[in-house]
Amino acid sequence: MNASRAWLEAFLRQPLDAEDVAQRLAMLGAPVDAIEPVGADLSAFVVATVTKVRAHPDADKLRVTTVDDGSGSTWSVVCGAPNVVAGGRYPFARIGTTMPGGMVIERRKLRGEVSEGMLCSARELGLGEEHDGLLTLETDAPDGTPVVTLLGAGDQRLVVDVTPNRPDLFGHKGIARELAASLNIPFRLPEIPGLAATDVPPPERAGDSGSTGGITVTIADRQGCPRFLAGVVRNVKIGPTPDWLRNRLAAVGVRSINNVVDVTNYVMFELNQPMHAYDADALRGAAVGVRAAGSGEVLVTLDGSSRTIPEGALVIVDGAGVIGVAGVMGGRDSEVTGATTNVLLECAAFDPSRVRAARRALGMSTDASQRFERGTDRWGAVDAFRRAMQLLASVTAGTIDLPTVDCFPAPSHPPRIFLRPSRVRQVLGLDLDWREIERCLVAIGATVVSKPDDARIAVDVPGWRPDLVAEIDLIEEVARIHGYEAIPATVGAVRPVFRPDDTGWAAARAARRLLVAAGLSEVLTLPMVAAGDPAAPVLLNPLSNDHRCLRAALVPALLTEVERNWAVHTGDVRLFEVGTVFSVSDQPGAAPRETQHAAFTITGRRQPAHWNDDKPRAWDRWDAKELVRQLVDLAHPGAELQVEGESWAVHAPDGRRIGHAGPVTADSPPWADPVFAGEVELGPMTTAHAQFAPLTMFPAVTRDLTLRVPAGRPVADISTLLVQRGTRHDLRAVHVVDEYRDPAVGADARSVTVRLVFRNDQRTLTDTEVDQATGRLRTSLERELDVSLRSS
Amino acid sequence: MSAPIEDPPLTNLRDRLAAIATLDAAALEAEDIAILGRKQGELTGRLKSLAALSIEEKRAQGAELNALKVQFEAAIGVRRVELADAARQREGAGVDLTMPGREAWRGTMHPVTVVIDEIVEIFGALGFSVALGPEVESEENNFGALNFAPDHPAMDMHDTLYLDPQGAVPAEGQRLLLRTHTSPVQVRVMREGPPPYRVVIPGTVYRNDAFDPSHAPAFAQIEGLAVDEGITFVDLKATLAHFAERFFGRGTTVRFRPSFFPFTEPSAEMDVACQLCAGQGCAACKGTGWMEILGCGMVHENVLRNCAVDPERWTGFAFGMGPQRIAMLRHGVPDIRHLYAGDMRFLQQFPSVGS
Ligand SMILES: [Zn+2]
Repeated sequence: MNASRAWLEAFLRQPLDAEDVAQRLAMLGAPVDAIEPVGADLSAFVVATVTKVRAHPDADKLRVTTVDDGSGSTWSVVCGAPNVVAGGRYPFARIGTTMPGGMVIERRKLRGEVSEGMLCSARELGLGEEHDGLLTLETDAPDGTPVVTLLGAGDQRLVVDVTPNRPDLFGHKGIARELAASLNIPFRLPEIPGLAATDVPPPERAGDSGSTGGITVTIADRQGCPRFLAGVVRNVKIGPTPDWLRNRLAAVGVRSINNVVDVTNYVMFELNQPMHAYDADALRGAAVGVRAAGSGEVLVTLDGSSRTIPEGALVIVDGAGVIGVAGVMGGRDSEVTGATTNVLLECAAFDPSRVRAARRALGMSTDASQRFERGTDRWGAVDAFRRAMQLLASVTAGTIDLPTVDCFPAPSHPPRIFLRPSRVRQVLGLDLDWREIERCLVAIGATVVSKPDDARIAVDVPGWRPDLVAEIDLIEEVARIHGYEAIPATVGAVRPVFRPDDTGWAAARAARRLLVAAGLSEVLTLPMVAAGDPAAPVLLNPLSNDHRCLRAALVPALLTEVERNWAVHTGDVRLFEVGTVFSVSDQPGAAPRETQHAAFTITGRRQPAHWNDDKPRAWDRWDAKELVRQLVDLAHPGAELQVEGESWAVHAPDGRRIGHAGPVTADSPPWADPVFAGEVELGPMTTAHAQFAPLTMFPAVTRDLTLRVPAGRPVADISTLLVQRGTRHDLRAVHVVDEYRDPAVGADARSVTVRLVFRNDQRTLTDTEVDQATGRLRTSLERELDVSLRSS
Repeated sequence: MSAPIEDPPLTNLRDRLAAIATLDAAALEAEDIAILGRKQGELTGRLKSLAALSIEEKRAQGAELNALKVQFEAAIGVRRVELADAARQREGAGVDLTMPGREAWRGTMHPVTVVIDEIVEIFGALGFSVALGPEVESEENNFGALNFAPDHPAMDMHDTLYLDPQGAVPAEGQRLLLRTHTSPVQVRVMREGPPPYRVVIPGTVYRNDAFDPSHAPAFAQIEGLAVDEGITFVDLKATLAHFAERFFGRGTTVRFRPSFFPFTEPSAEMDVACQLCAGQGCAACKGTGWMEILGCGMVHENVLRNCAVDPERWTGFAFGMGPQRIAMLRHGVPDIRHLYAGDMRFLQQFPSVGS
């Protein structure tokens, strides 16, 4: 909502400081996003005295003046205004001043006479249309005083951020009411220049239908339109709008159209009651009314486009068809034009949700729809209507065709709500005096019906506050007007609640710590991705094709980020992410399965280069295998990595694939190192605490075996067999310490060195025992796996 | 008692003890074995042979020999350290110690994660535990239960992404969407069992907003909920002002302004004195001196009722804030899009501390 500072001043009858207004409104719940100057910046113009005037030797209409601007110098200024006189005081633009039109005042010669500045008219300052002569300043202010201090700064526009629950703040009256409460001063409607002193008589009450000025008014959809007021102004002169009205609208950013439309806009911005004016003679069948649209009805709107009205939308009709979409926009064929002589003014209340539905369906939001969908004051509509009629008659020099009509088929009152002071205390923690509660409620325009000693207070809420429907709404108002800052912030006792952290939280934190410790950097990618993975749930209204689905895995987005790094010539990339992934449910319509994953991508050097070392190695698949191993141990202790093609996979006991690691292909530049990636589903963290194992004092004995491993025999088979057979011989661990591929060993074979670690917790093993055990294990390997010692 | 007869081998040992301080490394180790070695050590041998002597002789010679043993051990130890120091000095001579040390990659937490962790920790100390919930929610949990009227302009603030029902026809309120805030987890927590509740809820939320410098279609949110007997607006202010001091530093001033959220009433916005200009007004705070940090309010009666919690007995407050925004303020990041990219040059600017 754009509010004009000057308009608010007219309500409050006192000057306001825009910054102060912004501060007060913020503390009342309507922050001001911006304060913008309206009109030109006049800060450079100063008061100056013309000390001498002489005729221009070479031009009849020009005079050469001497100007004292208080600077200590005097200036020779050529002036064409007829009203310039010696001793006169005028606004003066010094050399270098930028005029409102953008022109910069320079020293120049006019027909041979030097001119060192400019004396200004009101129009030149953007202060009005008057341009017959200089703006004469009646002031005692010394020369050099900025003129803004005399004229008052120009108006300012406050861009107020209105929350959806406060329709009343879409009118200046609503904002003025808040400021009046904050400043503790009264407020009332602004005086309107040139307005007749007599009020417009109240409209004649009617039910579903009535008539005014020979035009029938009918409500055929009471739910959609509970109230409809109408009146005719005859013999109007359509034309330009008075300056004061044009300035008001300009200040809130509304362009002047003509005097009729401008009046409806003025009242809308003043009282938050949108209205519509029709050319009364264009209404077919001398009728106007409201009903639900049938199917396929069409309206040519003011903007000239032909629109099909959604069925059931609330429409304004004349005797022949649709002339407007209620609360959204009028039709072109009944609009007020320069040729209009009789105007019908409509002022109605519409169901907010019907207006909202219609404007959404039509894809058009207007100042009117914005207000109607938040809720207007159907009870206050009469006052708004009467003010608009009076203004309309005044600015168009027309006459009101009395009586006007007020169709209000089911008259009602704004609701009455009961407020318990005890409940105020329970919610706010404040023991407020009954009188303070009353003050707060009266400030927002409510009527307090009860007496101080009543256990509950009956409150009639004002019609412009459709958001006040329950006791708690009033408690909020009491808090707001009393002031949130006036409520203490004292820490009270806290009762502990037993509720453990979500298990997924610990898992995610542990995974992050693990990967950070490994030297990786966390990234948060967007969970929406392009289509591609059949498991990825699809969005109905994606932002774009690149965001059509929810991710079913993290690695693809991480690879995109690796490529982003390559694009800026970063080759050492170590990224990880911990986040939610989604997969479509087996049951149609059911929510997707959501799991927390940890994933990483690594490429480039394993460590930064150091001057004292050889060239550092690049990350390889064995790094990826270990990172995934560690992640799996966090989430699924005991789960094994299985070879799957060029990679590894991890499966849960139920067979679900819960992780993988290995090399990945990306769009690599030729200089890039290979990329490896891994991803693991994080389950809940195990809550079992690791148990202590005694630290034995007896030494371990090791034996290295260099084995000739035939083609196709994985080392895992060897380790497994050794562990199985060796446990009873005190074999505690098997480490693979080397692999050697040499054509001399055999075409497809390789030699692998394993280190056997023997230990007994009760005694020192003898070399003989260990040699015997090793011998037995060698025999097992030979017999069961065809793996023998390498013959040297 | 006769004076002890000077034993020449013992004299010899005393000389060798005195010489220890002059030996080089190899000679020192040889002498260690020659004197103290377990098998052939001279002193070891003499100590062993005491066993054959009488108690009196044992007493006389034993004390002497044991004293010598301790002296040898000490002298050899001292000489060893001397020699090692000398060796290190020789080695270090001519080394330029200004040459760089051996770097290692430093892993980094995302700045948004760091913010979330800190917030969770502060509320953890106040008795709040972490609750999580799904990112795909029903319309009912995301809006209905949270007191959003179906056709209210408040819905405009939550431009929602829906899931394609793929032919299924969801029941009323069961349309699936990407949660627009973490508040549906409040509903889940409350429907799990009776109050009291004290939870913080970190998570990702979604809006149908295209990327621009300050908007993203998915972002983190962290929400809190406290419901108990006797919780008032005073507790809300006290808790959140305490949080602001813990998070932004001692002496941080806050202000509470009225606001509107469908799921709280009274609702408030908490501002923190601008960190950049200390409340003087600057471009970052649009001249107001305040930074909008957090939305909060007393849990709306209707929300409690929707979760079968009696609002006449239980009251509570809720709050929510945006870790991305806080991270941007904290680190001076001008564009939110940096927080979604994996540019190592960006990520490495925020080394993890603590956590
Ligand atoms: Zn600032």
